[in-house]
This record gives sequence, structure tokens and C-alpha cells, in this order.
Amino acid sequence: MALENKEMREVYADLLLEYAAKDDRLVIVEADLMKAVKTTIFGQTYPERTINVGVAEANMICVAAGMAAMGKVPFTHTFTPFATRRCCDQVTLSVAYAGLHVKMVGSDPGVTAELNGGTHMSMEDVAIMRNIPNMLIFEPTDGVQLRKAFPQIIDHEGPVYMRLLRLQPVSVFSEDDEFTLGKAITLREGKDVAIIAYGIMVSEALEAAEILKNEGIDAAVINMHTIKPLDEETVLKAAKETGAIVTAENHSILNALGSAVAEFLAENYPTPMQRVGVRDHFGEVGKREFLMEKYGLKAADIVVAAKKAIEMKK
Amino acid sequence: MNHKVQELQARAKEIRKLTIESIGKLGIGHIGGSLTLSEVLAVLYFDTLRIDPKNPKMENRDRFILSKGHGGPAVYATLALKGFIDMDELDTLNKLNTNLPSHCDMNKTTGVDMTVGSLGQGFSAAVGMAVAAKLDKKDLYVYAIIGDGESQEGQIWEAAMLAGSRKLDNLIAFTDYNKMQIDGYCKDVNGLDPLDKKWEAFGWDVHVVDGHDITELLDAIQKSQNTKEKPSMIIMNTIKGKGAYFCENQVGSHNMPVTEEMWKKAVEMLG
Repeated sequence: MALENKEMREVYADLLLEYAAKDDRLVIVEADLMKAVKTTIFGQTYPERTINVGVAEANMICVAAGMAAMGKVPFTHTFTPFATRRCCDQVTLSVAYAGLHVKMVGSDPGVTAELNGGTHMSMEDVAIMRNIPNMLIFEPTDGVQLRKAFPQIIDHEGPVYMRLLRLQPVSVFSEDDEFTLGKAITLREGKDVAIIAYGIMVSEALEAAEILKNEGIDAAVINMHTIKPLDEETVLKAAKETGAIVTAENHSILNALGSAVAEFLAENYPTPMQRVGVRDHFGEVGKREFLMEKYGLKAADIVVAAKKAIEMKK
Repeated sequence: MNHKVQELQARAKEIRKLTIESIGKLGIGHIGGSLTLSEVLAVLYFDTLRIDPKNPKMENRDRFILSKGHGGPAVYATLALKGFIDMDELDTLNKLNTNLPSHCDMNKTTGVDMTVGSLGQGFSAAVGMAVAAKLDKKDLYVYAIIGDGESQEGQIWEAAMLAGSRKLDNLIAFTDYNKMQIDGYCKDVNGLDPLDKKWEAFGWDVHVVDGHDITELLDAIQKSQNTKEKPSMIIMNTIKGKGAYFCENQVGSHNMPVTEEMWKKAVEMLG
């Protein structure tokens, strides 16, 4: 099956198997969500390298930390809220403060938790992780980008938090595109406004740029797949070239990409900007399209934000 | 009494005196729950652990995790006596730019295997280490000490259940059962008894010993090493603040000021 037709979890499960075959250090530590994340295949292939601690996320993180201290490269899996807020202290101290190489995967980011509803719909996971020193935060946009990122995640010295869409993404990247963790990708040049996005918001941003083009507005689109550390160089360049910035994320506008960009620009190159994201409220039961419309995460919302940012230049 | 026991008793006394002195020189510290550990640390570091101060990162060394991280001063005294760190370094305990922080830190102190401080977490990490050692068929033991107050953390029991379920017979743990915590007696705050039955119910091999008796500790460790298909828990009945006249068996000894007069007199009294 072509990569662009695969679910993200399928691409991810294949990657785990592929790299486990050549790297003995790779193990998975689970908290009873193997079927959801599709790591069951790994469990069948490498039962001894699969540690399912049961429904105990705090234990999962610290067991992984202990394994990392013994030289393993553990990947942990659960839904975004349980990967972050449920075990925030464990992630902070036993992983990040201890400087251990644990790779933590949160499945079903933001509105993509859909029918699991508000309890499982984390709008704050990136915010929680962003406050932890040395944490690298990454969300792949499609399977191609995930494939390119995976070996770099293994090699990255230190903890990584990866948000992972469970189902099929909109295909954006091709095999020829270069990828480096921490280095943003300019998908489209533009001179009037720059839209910076990650995850499911990248395709919305590209759609918004097309709408803006038809109205005579030239919008750049940048994929900031690594939310932390922020690629400040690319943000500064975009601010200088366009003079108006819009961030777009499937997350609360508080303390994630929008905040990171705003903080950087305010201190270095004050630039009119708007943030598209969930405006400080909880999630709820709903299909993705319904929730994106309700929370203002659609291309049309990015278009409105872009015009507002451009208007602020005057 | 055999020679080994006498020697380890002497080591325990040295650890106790250095612990009192280093906390005393700072003027304040977690003295109560550090002085409970003198005997078990003497036994572990001067008899049980397969470690090498000249090669502190030796791959197949036994691992030791003090999950009740506030007992750090006792560990530092032991590491200094064993030759992992300089004796002079003990005077830097918990002072600016020290490598001996209040709670043990694997990235600061040579000979420390895991960063601890938030109760319950070090024990989970010890379970993870035991799992990793089994996976690699490494011939080593993971030793961990938890506190009685710490045993009120849910995470202790998450880790206990996993270790029992996975039959981690390369994991040997100790509970420092001094029956006191910050806010009073454990039984008045949130009682732990019957503690031995709890560990047995979680699938552990359980031994109850006098935590200040070298012979009982040696015996329980040997039995634990011989136990197959089960992790072992050695419940040490201890006395908080043991050996320091100003805090022995006192509830307020968790973290308390210690004057020069106090520490010098206490060290002198130990002989």
C-alpha cells in the first residue's frame, strides 16, 4: 500500500518494526492501548521487547526511564492527555530532569480524539510539555514526514514528545523533500503574510493560502513540525519578509506554537500576528470536521486571521 | 559474632557519623530518614553490591536506587567511604554548586544510578532497570530502598504489581519502616499495616528484619538472592534518627536544624 494511503499508526507501527530489527536498544513500554496505537504487531514480533504495564501511565513513564538508564531506547504510547497531564511529574523528573532518552508518543491529538470526547481530547498537551526543559516536541504532518523523522527521533539525545494522528493524514510531502528535526519547512513562498502550522493544520493552511491567492493576497505557508525547540531563524525570516504572521494549531492557543512565535517576535522583531487554535476551552464529543468548524480551525478561519494580521500592518 | 559482621557494624558507624557531620555542617537536613539507613548501606556497599569505584559505570554492575531520595546524605557518606567521591566533598552537601544535592541525582554524583526525589518514581525506575537487565540476560541485581511514607504513593503499588506479575527475581527492595512521616506517625496519617501481607499479595517474597541488625540484613539479602520467580521485599523495622541523641525516635526529625554543638556531641557519643 502506498504511504499516502496508510493510516499514521500503520506507518508508525512499520517504522517501529523496521528500526527494531536493526537496533536492539529499541523497546516499547505500553499502558493497555496497544490496539489503538497498533503496536500489537510489534508485540507479536518482539514479545520480550514489549513491556505492557497495564493501565498505569505514571508507572509506564518511570519504567521506561529505568530502561533508558540501562541503555535502552524506550518508546511509550498512550493518548495525548495521558501521555502528558496524567504523568506530568514523572515526565518532568524521571525523564527530562534525569536527562534520559525516552520517546513519548501521544496518539489522537486535539480534535482528532473525536468520539472519545472531552476527557480524551487534550488541548493542552503541547503546552504541558513545552514548559519542561530539554523536551523536544514534534508532530508529523503525514506518513512521509514521519518516516523521515523517525531515525532522527531515535538519534536525538534526550526526551522527545511526539503527537501522532491515528488515522489517515492529508498527504503533503514527497520523498524528495528534505527533513531535519527542529528545522521548519517552507511549503509556499509569499510576501503578504506567513501562515505557520503543524499537524492537521498544514493542509488547512495550504487551502487558506489558495483562497487568499484568489483574493490577491500572497501567503507563505511554513510547516513548524518541531514546536520545541522553535526554529527562530525561519520565524524571523518570515516576519521580515511578510510583516504579518498567523499561527495555526490543533491545540489551545495558550503556550503552544502561537505562544512560542509570539514570545519570540515580541522580544526580537515585533510583528502583527494572529493565532488560530482552540481559544481556552475543553474539547467535547464530535467528529473532526464538526469540531474544527466549531473551534475555528478551518481554512476559512485562517483566511480571516490572515486578513486581520495584514490589516494590523497599517 | 563473626569478623564480617563486626566490620560492617564499624562501617555503619562511620556512615552514621559522616551523615550527622555533613548535615550538621550545613545546619539543616533530612537527618531522621538518613540515619535509618546506615546499616543497610553498609551491608550493600561493603558486602553485597558488585560495583567498582574505579569503574563507576561498569556495564554489568549491580544497580542501587534510593527511591526515598531525601536519604541522600547517607548515600553520599557511603559513596565517600567506598571511594566513589572525595571525602572533602561531603562538606559541600546541599550548598551552592554542589554535586551532592538534597535528593540523589545521577547526573551530578558519581555512583548514583538514578535521579530521584519525587516519591514513588525511583521504585518504578528500578523495576524498569530489572526488566531491562532480564531482557539482556545480564547477571545483575537491582536493589532499591523505599520509605514507609513513600508507600502511600499509588505509584509504589503500580510498580509492585508489575514486578510481581513479571516475576522479577533480580529485584531486591527494602522498606525503611520507621513508622514516622512528616505529619506524624504513619498509623495516624494513613496506616500501612499489614505491610508484609500487602507485599505478599502483590506476588513478592517478603522478609521482615531489624533494619539495624547486620546479621539479619545479610541473611535476608542472601535468602532474597536465592528466591526464584519472585521479587523480594525486605521490610526493615528501623528507628527514625537512629544514633543521634537529639532526634532518635522523634517524629520531628524528618527535616530539622542541627547545630554545631548538636552534631559534634552526637558524633562524640557514637565513639
